[in-house]
Amino acid sequence: MSQTSIIPEFVSRKSFIELDGRKRAQSLFDEGTWKELVDPFERRESPWLPMQGIAPQFDDGCIVIKGRIGGMPAVAIALEGAFQGGSIGEISGAKMAAALDLATKDSVAGKRTAAILLLETGGVRLQEANLGLAAVAEVISSVLALRPHAPVITLIAGTVGCFGGMSLAAGVSSYVVMTREARLGLNGPEVIEQESGIDEFDSSDRALIWAIHGGEQRVGMGLADALVEDDVEKIKATIRKYVQADLLPEYRSQQVELYRDRIAALDTSAQIDPISLRREWNNTTTGGLR
Amino acid sequence: MSEHIGLRGRVWFEALTGNNQPMSGDPGTVLASNSQIGDEIALFLCVIPNPSSRFPCVRDGQVGLEEAFTLAHHLRRVIAEDHEKPRAQKRTVIAIVDVKSQAYGRREETAGIFFAAAASSDAYASARMAGHPVISLVAGQAFSGGFLTHGYQANRILSFDDSGIVIHAMHKEAAARITRRSVDELEELGHQIAPMSYDVHDYARLGLLYKLLHVDDPQNPPAADVEAIKHELIGAIQDARRGATDLSSRLQSDAAKQTRKAGIAVRAALEAQWQNA
Repeated sequence: MSQTSIIPEFVSRKSFIELDGRKRAQSLFDEGTWKELVDPFERRESPWLPMQGIAPQFDDGCIVIKGRIGGMPAVAIALEGAFQGGSIGEISGAKMAAALDLATKDSVAGKRTAAILLLETGGVRLQEANLGLAAVAEVISSVLALRPHAPVITLIAGTVGCFGGMSLAAGVSSYVVMTREARLGLNGPEVIEQESGIDEFDSSDRALIWAIHGGEQRVGMGLADALVEDDVEKIKATIRKYVQADLLPEYRSQQVELYRDRIAALDTSAQIDPISLRREWNNTTTGGLR
Repeated sequence: MSEHIGLRGRVWFEALTGNNQPMSGDPGTVLASNSQIGDEIALFLCVIPNPSSRFPCVRDGQVGLEEAFTLAHHLRRVIAEDHEKPRAQKRTVIAIVDVKSQAYGRREETAGIFFAAAASSDAYASARMAGHPVISLVAGQAFSGGFLTHGYQANRILSFDDSGIVIHAMHKEAAARITRRSVDELEELGHQIAPMSYDVHDYARLGLLYKLLHVDDPQNPPAADVEAIKHELIGAIQDARRGATDLSSRLQSDAAKQTRKAGIAVRAALEAQWQNA
């Protein structure tokens, strides 16, 4: 037996999750083609955090990188989960919306430019509350403006997950790519326990959390499109496939009647079993590549 | 929470449309009506509390799965029906907003409330981008995911200006807990830091509102006040028809240029670097 065959694959694998937001975004591009826009040296930081005695960050936790993926123009916008929980503030939100709008402008002018959103975020930054919420509304609008002209791909790798208002941006994306370590939902378990009580959601129940919000479940029930391993090359290949994909006449969040009927058919007399739901909704009706 | 949540939404929906019953096939939490305003027919939408909803976590006026998909259903129908019409004839949509929040429930998370909210946001934004005037009237509370699902994609947002109006990312108690402050500290901070304030006059300083409107008794409006509000809505519809179908108007007001100058500047910086990248 040769040496290579007894070394398990994960030993040579390069983890994506272990990279920070900037490195994650960089790793998606064709070598030597990318450039960061409004980088940290420009010091575009939150004007609101210092007023509250909180240290801002020079990029406000949002990294914008433009370049080529599989030879095609693309922009990646990453939220850095390690800064303020990846929360959306005025500056990070404006960077994200502006990059999407510029991709739309180029795409409409004939230079199709895909966008990849790398979302590790708890949602609105409460220290900038209403400007964060307004920014989320703008980001959603900007995703929807780009979607008919170029793919908008949300990548949730983990481990912060994608929660709060930004989960709607994921929901309106052309495609959602997740790892098993990623989570996607509107309200995190702690928030539900706080608002509705421990009987509703026990936030210490790890198995329950992954069964509901985890990448495997979201892909399995058809609310996300691809489950990828935590591997830089595999993620890069999956993103490239979606960047190059043909545009579709209809995306998931436009399939209102299908999902309205599914909700109407739910038995709400008790909590819903995630595995049964996955079986009922099985992943055959949504658009996109498999 | 000063008064019964959702009461104002229902009062204003009835005052403006003459209806107060859900359409057949809709859940008891959504009011929809095609009703006259000025010389046109508009689609009015409102989410209200329903103590007997089969989803326990929406009974106090939260926006959940059924609400989001029902709003999207009505919006998609209007978009489809007016598909061939020129912009000037696209039906107006008026969202009457009085929502406590999104539903905080396990059923909702399991069945993907994030996606339901996205589908409703998509439908509102798609109506706006297709040329329908989409007008929001904040008649009470407009919280967080509830507002994102119902109303925040409008071309023009109008709001009453009294203390019963709260537009915010999170209610005071939870925001205080998460930012490690007392509720008193949070309120004090709001007076200095406009985006954190719970006062609608501070919210108006962010430049996101088209107009603040005053009625003496919003829970019990006399006919003259209802007529005055209709008049304001008609003005907003006309303004929306003349304006852009994106959200750029929110960056162009004098208040936005003041309060959001850092965000506007970073947009300009990104644009300046984009072509050469």
